[in-house]
Amino acid sequence: MSVDLSQFIPSFLEESFEGLELMESSLLNLEQGDDETINSIFRAAHSIKGGAGTFGFNHVTEFTHLVETLLDEMRDGRRNIDPDDVELLLESVDCMRLLIEAIRDESECNSEKIAENSRLLRQTLASSGSVISEVVTINVDELATENNNDMTTWQIKFIPEHHLVQTGNDPLLLFNALADLGEITVVANAKELPALNDIDAEELYLSWCLTLRSNASEDDIKEVFEWVEDECELILIKEENVKLSKISVDVSSAEGVSDESTLSELCVSSSKIATNTPEPSQKNNVDKPAGKSKNDLGSIRVGVDKVDSLINLVGELVITQSMLSELGNDFDLSKVERLNAGLEQLLQNTKELQESVMRIRMLPISFAFNRFPRLVHDLSKKTGKEIELILKGEQTELDKTVMEQIGDPLVHLVRNAVDHGIESAQVRLANGKPEKGTIILDAYHQGGSIVIEISDDGGGIDRQAVFNKALEKGLVDESTTLTDSQVFDLIFEPGFSTAKELSDISGRGVGMDVVKQNIQSLGGRIQVESEQGKGSTFRVNLPLTLAILDGQLVRVGREVYIIPLITIVESLQPQKTLINRVSGDMLLYRLREDNVPVIPIYQLFNIPCEFEHIERCLLVVVEADGQKIGLMVDDLLAQQQVVIKSLNDNYQQVEGVSGATILGDGSVAMILDVPGIITMALSKAQSNQQNQSHVTPSISAGVIS
Amino acid sequence: MEQEKEYLTFILNGEEYGVDILCVQEIRVWSSVTELPNKPDYIKGVINLRGIIVPIIDLRQRFGQEPLAYNEQTVTIILRNQNSQKTMVVGIVVDAVSEVYKFDKQSIRTPPTFGNKIDRCFLQGLASIEERLIILLDSHSLLDQNELYHVESKAEEV
Repeated sequence: MSVDLSQFIPSFLEESFEGLELMESSLLNLEQGDDETINSIFRAAHSIKGGAGTFGFNHVTEFTHLVETLLDEMRDGRRNIDPDDVELLLESVDCMRLLIEAIRDESECNSEKIAENSRLLRQTLASSGSVISEVVTINVDELATENNNDMTTWQIKFIPEHHLVQTGNDPLLLFNALADLGEITVVANAKELPALNDIDAEELYLSWCLTLRSNASEDDIKEVFEWVEDECELILIKEENVKLSKISVDVSSAEGVSDESTLSELCVSSSKIATNTPEPSQKNNVDKPAGKSKNDLGSIRVGVDKVDSLINLVGELVITQSMLSELGNDFDLSKVERLNAGLEQLLQNTKELQESVMRIRMLPISFAFNRFPRLVHDLSKKTGKEIELILKGEQTELDKTVMEQIGDPLVHLVRNAVDHGIESAQVRLANGKPEKGTIILDAYHQGGSIVIEISDDGGGIDRQAVFNKALEKGLVDESTTLTDSQVFDLIFEPGFSTAKELSDISGRGVGMDVVKQNIQSLGGRIQVESEQGKGSTFRVNLPLTLAILDGQLVRVGREVYIIPLITIVESLQPQKTLINRVSGDMLLYRLREDNVPVIPIYQLFNIPCEFEHIERCLLVVVEADGQKIGLMVDDLLAQQQVVIKSLNDNYQQVEGVSGATILGDGSVAMILDVPGIITMALSKAQSNQQNQSHVTPSISAGVIS
Repeated sequence: MEQEKEYLTFILNGEEYGVDILCVQEIRVWSSVTELPNKPDYIKGVINLRGIIVPIIDLRQRFGQEPLAYNEQTVTIILRNQNSQKTMVVGIVVDAVSEVYKFDKQSIRTPPTFGNKIDRCFLQGLASIEERLIILLDSHSLLDQNELYHVESKAEEV
């Protein structure tokens, strides 16, 4: 065929991954006799098979065909849906994903696993008596085509619907494809052709009679017509000849020895697959999450309504622009008012446009949550714990970039909840809890951020064990008194695991620190709440979008900084009487009931400033993680929305700064990372404290109170 | 076979250095920068280059030499890597821009193996032209965040 199909491969891959996701989630919800669900699984498998066939990914087609056959039996009620089959299908979905990922990465895939899986599929198919003959027929067909090289003559009647060509199908291409299979004669039937006057050039009035002499199987021929099968009448007749009876003899004789013959057949085909891909890579087997990190296909599906609203807004923007340019043509002072109105309108338009564009990037969090039912299903099988997963707030929208990056940390947290959180059934019963453990994934909006909670009703974190482990690691010393939340924060330290035994699910001590790092790199935070015996909750706080932020501009020396408006509690002029100096150079400011530690930005960042003395400065009180601090700045400037630019692209993460932006005058300004500054100040204060011989009220005491 | 490559050369403390011209995006005069907090002193700060935040590095200081005072003649070369996977843009402050030369692969000699003032990882080779020696910098490591921004760790390893 002359069309370059390779350009459609990315969309095939994308659709296949979507199809696989659908299959997976539907399989998990599959109940006996649920026609709609099984139909949708079947459709997904079918379109993957069709697509793969079009692009010539034969091993995908072959494999999917087996899956489809099994599904077909379930769909027709010829087979009961039992959990083992569902499990097998889930495994098969994994295999299909491996195959398709291999296509995407243009790499080898783990052929052993796939061969094993197709062996199981064939075995399952063969094991039910009702289908043996069908399977054997297929096999014999294949044998016939492979070994005997016998030609069969097919009579094909192809009567397309009139609008066939309008859907982009071309009969000529179909016939060419058929010609590839064997010898073909085509006879066109033009009797439906109307008079010349009545002909609509875009309609197809012809039908065809084709005679094909080929060793192709019926499936091969049908596959050619796969894309038009809904739009035509297709009659396939196999011409009676001697070979046919021979095949039916084969079938009947095969029926007697069904299992052996299918088994031998499958051995052939599995070894065939194995030789196709000679290097079975062990890596894929061990390191599944690593492979998944490349899930991003770089495109996004957007609802038409969102696009329409964008077009409307752009239309308005154009109108405003033309109004302004007309106004500027001959401008005099009498028109100032109209100019102002125009500018106002421009502001409004830009703002709305910006919001709509941002909305395009927002996707419901169900995209990230979807993988968890399967994960929990698998893990609970592996660990032998019965676990129910409850998903809440799946419609909460989140920026696509955030979504892509939050997936892996969430997986880790859920694994942890299953492995460490939920106790074994005996322990649960002994503690008077229901045998089945519960894990809740919840997402909701809170202010300008999104909160994702992972909670379990398991054993909770053993505070003492964590503390002891920290002692052992030298992270704390005996005399330190820590609040619960500080203790729980220790689990995010590198190399920290209190699991008594390592399991292959979690517990190697790598992970929680990475989780925290990932979340922080997104500008988010993670908190833990836990009660021993009752369960724990991990709360991940993420910014809604990474692109735009409401900020307060402040000046320190010559530099302008931006403080995220959402963190600001208040800004004030310090009064001398309320300033307390503790432990040397630490300042506390009395803000009503609170003692707020004061952090001079110039000191923290090592830059020159205008006023070193607190009384001449302004104090911006900010809050993060429930802690308040006062940032000492020289001046408060405007409030405005700023576009966040990453420093990471060309530089690297800077402590205390979450990003940068470009101001109206074209200069660059840093955006302050308030939680980061608090940590910086705390660690600075702690090192100060350690340097002093006597213990005085410290910043940490001040912060905690 | 690799053919001839063009190099842009610049002067730094009396020596002539060259970088692959395909990595040079533009040459700018020095403009004031926004300082980064707690940065190493060879990083002067960042500028806004048509919407991209670009860090500016004093190459003299990066190579452990004394910096010059900046004036209107101070030149910044903006480098951009050719790798489409992850673009990285960085500006380097040099004393002056010199010429563009063509070298073919044979005429580039491997750098001496003993220590010098530049971290060896940045060196690609040496080329001579009219009795002068030009130090060719490896644009890959120059445009690699890990190499470029980690002086201390490098020094310790050595």
